[in-house]
Amino acid sequence: MSAYLIRRLLGAVVVMWAVATLVFFMLRMVPGDPFLAMVFDTGDPAAADDMRRAFGLDKPMYVQYLKYLQQVLQGNFGNSIYGSGIPVSQIIAEAFPRTMSLTLLGFFMALIIAIPAGLISALKKHTAIDHGVTVVAFLGLSMPDFWLAILLIIVFAAQLHWLPAIGYVALDQGFWPWFSHLIMPAIAIGTPFAAIIARMIRSSMLEVLKADYVQVARSKGLKHSYLIFMHAMPNALIPVITVMGIALALLMAGAVVVENVFAIKGLGRVLIQGILNRDYPVVQGAILVVSVIFVLANILVDMMYTVIDPRIRYQ
Amino acid sequence: MALLEVKGLGLEFSSPGGTVQAVNKISYDVEPGEIVAVVGESGSGKTAAALSILGLVPQPPGKIVAGEISFDGQNLLDLSEDEMRRIRGRRIAMVFQEPMTSLNPLLTIGRQLTEAMRLHLGLGKAAANDRAVELMNMVGISDPQRRLGQYPHHFSGGMRQRVMIAMVLSCEPELIIADEPTTALDVTIQAQILSLMQDLTEKLGVAMVIITHNLGVVARYADRVNVMYAGRIVEHGTAVELYRNPAHPYTIGLLNSVPRLDRPRGSPLEPIPGNPPDLTALGRGCAFMPRCRFATPACGEATPDLQDVGGSHVAACWELEKIRSGKAA
Ligand SMILES: Nc1ncnc2c1ncn2[C@@H]1O[C@H](COP(=O)(O)OP(=O)(O)O)[C@@H](O)[C@H]1O
Ligand SMILES: [Mg+2]
Repeated sequence: MSAYLIRRLLGAVVVMWAVATLVFFMLRMVPGDPFLAMVFDTGDPAAADDMRRAFGLDKPMYVQYLKYLQQVLQGNFGNSIYGSGIPVSQIIAEAFPRTMSLTLLGFFMALIIAIPAGLISALKKHTAIDHGVTVVAFLGLSMPDFWLAILLIIVFAAQLHWLPAIGYVALDQGFWPWFSHLIMPAIAIGTPFAAIIARMIRSSMLEVLKADYVQVARSKGLKHSYLIFMHAMPNALIPVITVMGIALALLMAGAVVVENVFAIKGLGRVLIQGILNRDYPVVQGAILVVSVIFVLANILVDMMYTVIDPRIRYQ
Repeated sequence: MALLEVKGLGLEFSSPGGTVQAVNKISYDVEPGEIVAVVGESGSGKTAAALSILGLVPQPPGKIVAGEISFDGQNLLDLSEDEMRRIRGRRIAMVFQEPMTSLNPLLTIGRQLTEAMRLHLGLGKAAANDRAVELMNMVGISDPQRRLGQYPHHFSGGMRQRVMIAMVLSCEPELIIADEPTTALDVTIQAQILSLMQDLTEKLGVAMVIITHNLGVVARYADRVNVMYAGRIVEHGTAVELYRNPAHPYTIGLLNSVPRLDRPRGSPLEPIPGNPPDLTALGRGCAFMPRCRFATPACGEATPDLQDVGGSHVAACWELEKIRSGKAA
């Protein structure tokens, strides 16, 4: 098990390196120059050259690349080119909890809705409830997240005044302020995911209910609720765990878009502004952090497997 | 009084291809402590009839259209789901055909072995565990305490079937229904499992309905036998009567298709020609007619009822006389 974990973590390091390298060179292939844009008003190319030297961007590409790798290994993401040159790590430390809060809240909201919905629709197959869940799921699946976000703002913020339309409040300011700002964006990103999970659980539960071991459990006279929760449900949830790693990545991608609708200054904002400004260190740092989360989440999901399914053991 | 009395049971399944007459007015009984076999080719309705006893036929598509299942004087078909649940596992328990898929892969053997005892007998955790150890010993699984903590994938098919047997015995039921308990197992293990079941049921005085497609098995282990074809019982008698003196052409065919000790070694096995009929389109005549070498045109006119052929032995065939004299000749 620990040997397996070490292997996975080494694999993760390789992935991180590949991501860092890819992003580094892709960014530099994008036309445009951060400094020329900054000195556009004054039109003094000499000032741009000075700045370029200060950030080491006058050196050959491979020297920049090696320098960048060296810095990253030391945990240094460099400084933002644009604006006041604050450290990238500081920008990320500020933005990251917002995106992560949003992603995780979306994730849990989706599961809390999808698991019961999927189970109920399997248990009440071909009834009005089942058809209702199906219709809602397909609606949820076909709505773009930013569109749903705007719809939610119009209804719950603009019309009903129940929730704040935009912004973010940190969790240490209290649960409700944090929650009330995040609930709408969380629903916006979580809805398509919830729809998929509900459908998955429905079909896997129907499959499990036909399994021999459920028949055996029935033949033992077990109570219906015990049979559903102890015997059927855990088996029905296994396929859902397989997609959780990917789901988390997709939710994060959704968060990056929806953040902008709700003016939450998370990683999405940071990334988009970074790209518009050709702020290389900021974009590199933000993408690296996102991919670290993605890789770790996938390792975590694989570990969860072993907890739920005793047949799976990693060597 | 018989422990179990199935009287005129009829069961249908609605399917896209029409109504499947899976069980057609069958009747049989089981005395306390007795082993009764139900024999027939696959698709003859054996499992469907067994599941009806426990109220486990999925309805829909299944529907019990006729009859009564009287257990200890009570018609099980009249009971509510909750009353039925108290009988399942407690008074009537069932062993299924596929040991590889009959245990829940995510729960320990210990959990699956004790849950019925904790529910039906109200045993605490420790008491249930002690009894589980005892049961594991009884079915011949060594190192029970450790094995109880393991999961099904640590067990072979034969071992899983032993666990299943321990499970059905756990609440000391009066009746065990064993649906082809060894069909999925290796030949060498089949005999072990069957002897184990025979020993334990005898020792504990439990009655058993054993379902099989192998008449050879029946001769060794059962007291009485019901032969099923296309949803009907076509012959009934003691194991000895049926084995020595089969009356129905189908039973004769079944016997010729399994190896027998009382015939010369190497004498060829003859499978019954043809296939079982389509249960959605049974005609009015004898369902076995198309495959029967004794058939006459009259067999297609009406379905024969069970008739006495001596002792407790009955068979449903229009040509019993001809077959008997043919055999004697
Ligand atoms: N759940 C079901 N739905 C529809 N048809 C079924 C179902 N279960 C059994 N049948 C049909 O009933 C007939 C008898 O099946 P079964 O009792 O399993 O036979 P056996 O156990 O003798 O092999 C078969 O034709 C089968 O297709
Ligand atoms: Mg069967």
